[in-house]
Amino acid sequence: MAATTSISEELRNRIQEVLANVPDPEIPVVSVVDLGIFRGIVEDDTGNAVVQITPTYTGCPATLVIEQSIREALANAGLSGVKLDTVLSPAWTTDMISEEGRDKLRDYGIAPPPKGSAATSVRHSTAVQCPRCGSKDTQEVSRFGSTPCKALWRCCNCAEPFDRFKCH
Amino acid sequence: MDKALFEYLLRLGDDSLVLAQRLCEWSSRAPTLEVDLSLSNLGLDLVGQAQLLLGYAGEVEGQGRDEDRLAYHRDAEEYRNCLLVEQPNGDFAQTMARHFLFSIYRELLLDELVGSSDTRLAEIAAKAVKETRYHAELASDWVIRLGDGTEESHRRMQDGLDWFWRFVDEMFAVDEVERVLIERGIAVDPAVTREAFDARVTQVVKSATLEVKPSTWPQTGGRQGNHTEHLSTMLAEMQVLPRRYPEATW
Ligand SMILES: [Zn+2]
Repeated sequence: MAATTSISEELRNRIQEVLANVPDPEIPVVSVVDLGIFRGIVEDDTGNAVVQITPTYTGCPATLVIEQSIREALANAGLSGVKLDTVLSPAWTTDMISEEGRDKLRDYGIAPPPKGSAATSVRHSTAVQCPRCGSKDTQEVSRFGSTPCKALWRCCNCAEPFDRFKCH
Repeated sequence: MDKALFEYLLRLGDDSLVLAQRLCEWSSRAPTLEVDLSLSNLGLDLVGQAQLLLGYAGEVEGQGRDEDRLAYHRDAEEYRNCLLVEQPNGDFAQTMARHFLFSIYRELLLDELVGSSDTRLAEIAAKAVKETRYHAELASDWVIRLGDGTEESHRRMQDGLDWFWRFVDEMFAVDEVERVLIERGIAVDPAVTREAFDARVTQVVKSATLEVKPSTWPQTGGRQGNHTEHLSTMLAEMQVLPRRYPEATW
């Protein structure tokens, strides 16, 4: 973005650094930046920096907690002048999860959505890899899991159940 | 105020809210833990959509009512949901019949609303359609599983569908409010999605070894505030706390 802006590169970096350390309340190993909830930084009419975030699911109960955590983190870093705005468009998809975020999810025991799977249906999905043993001999137990963004799967090889990030 | 747009947003938002409340009545009562989780999660998606739609409705109205005010402080005759969503859950098959018919109708509608000339509505639709597609698939899978299951599950699934058919025509009916908005490119003429709806429903129902038996006695009135008695009973429970203790917080 080459548009003229009074937000300095330094401020941008500081904000991004703060956000990279704000965990998702339901999956604390990934940050709001990893998940793609953080959309960018824009400038309002009065020259203030505005952090744009987007909800993962419309009814995600974590959304309010995320807003609060971001406000707190910014305030703690002495950036309480930075505003927060929720944007809907373009709608969040699992493709917005970063590569790093996918790795962190896998290490945490959650099968991440494959890149480019955002538009595909839950049916006829390609083989899902067990995050523990790597086997592709897996099956869906429940389309909904412990949170709206996850489905419950099990591995037929190591017999462990695991969460799978729903593709959206 | 844009009265027609306000009405239209109430219709869309109330459909979501009322169905969400119904689904959450299953909480801790569903046949299995997995089903319990899925029904509550379906409800959660719908609450989220209702928040966006009713929040926008409140802004369009410009009287200072937010989504909570609209949800908790309107009586049944001020609700604009279709009759289908307010019907009691019945057994699990009946709940799935309702969700199946509603989600397919709604997915097709939202798909079209993505192209609405109202940017905000188009954005909400783009967000909600993905969740709704998931709902339609889940419900379709259950219709097939129960229909093509045991003798008893087959009978119950057929009964559920037969009961809800009478509420289908209302979802596709257009009155003056919508006609105006359709001309302005804001609303979608549901008639354009009816053919696709019938085709998809028929395909699933057939593979479930069930039959489509359209009702000869369609029920309407919800969009104008003429509801079945079930809505007031449901709202009484949903609204009692904020009405009795207006300043209550968690
Ligand atoms: Zn395994």
